[in-house]
Amino acid sequence: MKPAPFRYAAAQSLEHALALKAEAGEEARFLAGGQSLIPAMNFRLAQPAMLIDLNPLDDLDYITVDNGALRIGARTRYSRVEHCAEVARWQPLLAEVLPNIAHPQIRNRGTLCGNLSNADPASELPAVMLAAGARMHAHSAGGDRWIAAADFFINLFETALQPDEMLVEIELPALPARSGTCFIEVARRPGDYAMAGVAASLTLDANGRCGSASIALCNAGPTPMAAAAAAQLLIGGVLDAEAIAAAAAQAQEEVEPNGNVHCTADYQRHLAGVLTRRALTSAAARARQGTSA
Amino acid sequence: MSSSDFEHEVKLSLTVNGRRYTRTVEPRMLLADFLRHELGLTGTHVGCEHGVCGACTVQFDGEPARSCLTFAVQAQGHAISTVESLAGGPGKLSVLQEAFRECHGLQCGYCTPGILMTMQAYLAQHPDPTEAEVREALSGNLCRCTGYQHIVDAVLLAAKNLRAGAAA
Ligand SMILES: Cc1cc2nc3c(=O)[nH]c(=O)nc-3n(C[C@H](O)[C@H](O)[C@H](O)COP(=O)(O)OP(=O)(O)OC[C@H]3O[C@@H](n4cnc5c(N)ncnc54)[C@H](O)[C@@H]3O)c2cc1C
Ligand code: FES
Ligand code: FES
Repeated sequence: MKPAPFRYAAAQSLEHALALKAEAGEEARFLAGGQSLIPAMNFRLAQPAMLIDLNPLDDLDYITVDNGALRIGARTRYSRVEHCAEVARWQPLLAEVLPNIAHPQIRNRGTLCGNLSNADPASELPAVMLAAGARMHAHSAGGDRWIAAADFFINLFETALQPDEMLVEIELPALPARSGTCFIEVARRPGDYAMAGVAASLTLDANGRCGSASIALCNAGPTPMAAAAAAQLLIGGVLDAEAIAAAAAQAQEEVEPNGNVHCTADYQRHLAGVLTRRALTSAAARARQGTSA
Repeated sequence: MSSSDFEHEVKLSLTVNGRRYTRTVEPRMLLADFLRHELGLTGTHVGCEHGVCGACTVQFDGEPARSCLTFAVQAQGHAISTVESLAGGPGKLSVLQEAFRECHGLQCGYCTPGILMTMQAYLAQHPDPTEAEVREALSGNLCRCTGYQHIVDAVLLAAKNLRAGAAA
């Protein structure tokens, strides 16, 4: 099928994009990589009256690192982040997840901010943002605000962004010393959406015990799912096989998978447990080695 | 800055296979349809129209991208390459195309243009891939005929021949 007619504006600046959105409201959508929006338009699942194309905004194509904290702009495409040595060094969880997202041809166009604005709970990236404790920087013609990842994903394809707001950049905080992270998923083929996937981040305290932990799963409910109780079980303890198995069993209780054409909900729940155990095991090993990847 | 900034029709100038074109298009026209219907470049194939099959893959400023998931207007001022750009001239084949012929890397040929545009860019950056790497690089292109083995063989042969050519 072909997209329904719409009117098009190429953004000339961030201010221009925000002014257009303020004026057009819900009738207009931003066009970033187009790798979710255009398929939906081709199927006429989406029929926006107007599109504001963000692709001309070269100054939003950036990756900056400041003391280990990472900022990525709205026009930055996956492939640039995937091949950035600074990202691999400072934010190995993000570097590890990217090759799992779609195919190289899709990653050459798709953007991280477009993915997160789309809020597909099947996507790997929202879960990684939760586990990393990221923040989203939203702008409107009237001002800007930061939104924590935990408050950003409201429901299936629904974010905290208001109709006049654009996600302009994301920020991942620096990983503390003695941290280890891991992303792992099971998919039918490389590039497919995962049947289940887990992002984990662990930090050891000075005595080698678990100082902080976060675990988030994709394709496990209506939003990316934080396994908060599972993470809580680990805090203050030794990260041995027993503790990790207990946390994995708890994570399995916290997810709400729906099943899909590739797998049943039971299988997804099973995977959630197995993958949480594996992700925690390698994140713990990486934290002990002092290397986070 | 007003609602008049939203256009029903856009005057589009872009470069395709090194040649400049200017056309007026509706914003909803997909790049794949623009190439095929406006420019007559029917080498770019359209399969699924939702990014899954890879038949429509072209190079956008040198990088493989889905022409079914790009509006033609987004190519304003950019350079597109299609399968028609690969061979040096009539009756000639590129090293990669020659390897596909040699290894029977195609049967019906529907998937072939997208695979060539993907792997041409891949080999330029990865001159000496393993078989497993080639299979992974091919994961965004579906072929219903070959079972992939001969495509993998062709890409590995092309890599070898390109390395030999570069060394010569
Ligand atoms: C074959 C195929 C396989 C895929 N596999 C995966 C996969 O395995 N995992 C995965 O996570 N994704 C996958 N994707 C989706 C891909 O990652 C998309 O690139 C991503 O979901 C959307 O990013 P985009 O930049 O393309 O956004 P677009 O498609 O341009 O936009 C998506 C939505 O977000 C809105 N939007 C975009 N940018 C902003 C912004 N800055 N502020 C506010 N709103 C905005 C748009 O209006 C639209 O509603 C796949 C896609 C395809 C075609
Ligand atoms: S037609 Fe574009 S990917 Fe199938
Ligand atoms: S040769 Fe027929 S689809 Fe690949």
